[in-house]
Amino acid sequence: MTAGRDPGLQPERTRLAWRRTALTLTVVTALAVRLGSTGDPTGALIAGATVLVWGAVLVLCWPRATGTGPARTGGRTLPLVALATVGLALLGVLLVVRRLW
Amino acid sequence: MWEAIRRWFDPADLRSVGEPPDYRFSLANERTFLAWLRTGLALVGGGLAAAQFLPPLPLTHLREVIAVALLLLGGAVAVRAVDHWARTERAIRLGQELPASRFPAILALAVGAGAVLLVVAVLVRAVGEP
Repeated sequence: MTAGRDPGLQPERTRLAWRRTALTLTVVTALAVRLGSTGDPTGALIAGATVLVWGAVLVLCWPRATGTGPARTGGRTLPLVALATVGLALLGVLLVVRRLW
Repeated sequence: MWEAIRRWFDPADLRSVGEPPDYRFSLANERTFLAWLRTGLALVGGGLAAAQFLPPLPLTHLREVIAVALLLLGGAVAVRAVDHWARTERAIRLGQELPASRFPAILALAVGAGAVLLVVAVLVRAVGEP
């Protein structure tokens, strides 16, 4: 079945959902970078790690977020993106706890 | 537990059970996963925002506690999202009922309780100021 014959436009909606997720991730990364930019090397290091995670996820979900053909589903992309979110959360905890010392 | 985690990262394992479903169901399941992932990301973003935009609260380090709680909650939501996605996909392939979950109710109660605590903290500060 092609995307044009799907009355619910499911592949298109799924691609848009991936784009929204990538946008949300970008906002979260920007917040993490701002929190880490206080001039000390530790903060810069953690902020750099969040940017690396962000870049990796963008590369990973690029095929899911672009194109016009039938969408791919499932696979390792989903658990990897969830893992990246957990990684961002833990880096965020480091950023917050670091300021207490 | 490690077995379940290994399964998330093994697409062949998921494809080995049941029948290939209508692709639209798989896509809908994937969008639900993405919506939960955004919920998790929003909690992570909320934690990061709380750490840098909240003014210092009356209790020592309450701001940091709120931020870390939101961050950990966001990570938990992401883990649960992928677990629920895998279990739903499995159920669709096997033609079983979709897995039920208490998680949304628990998350709603936790966020609600957190909001009430924060309101109390703000009121305490407002009353405490001369």
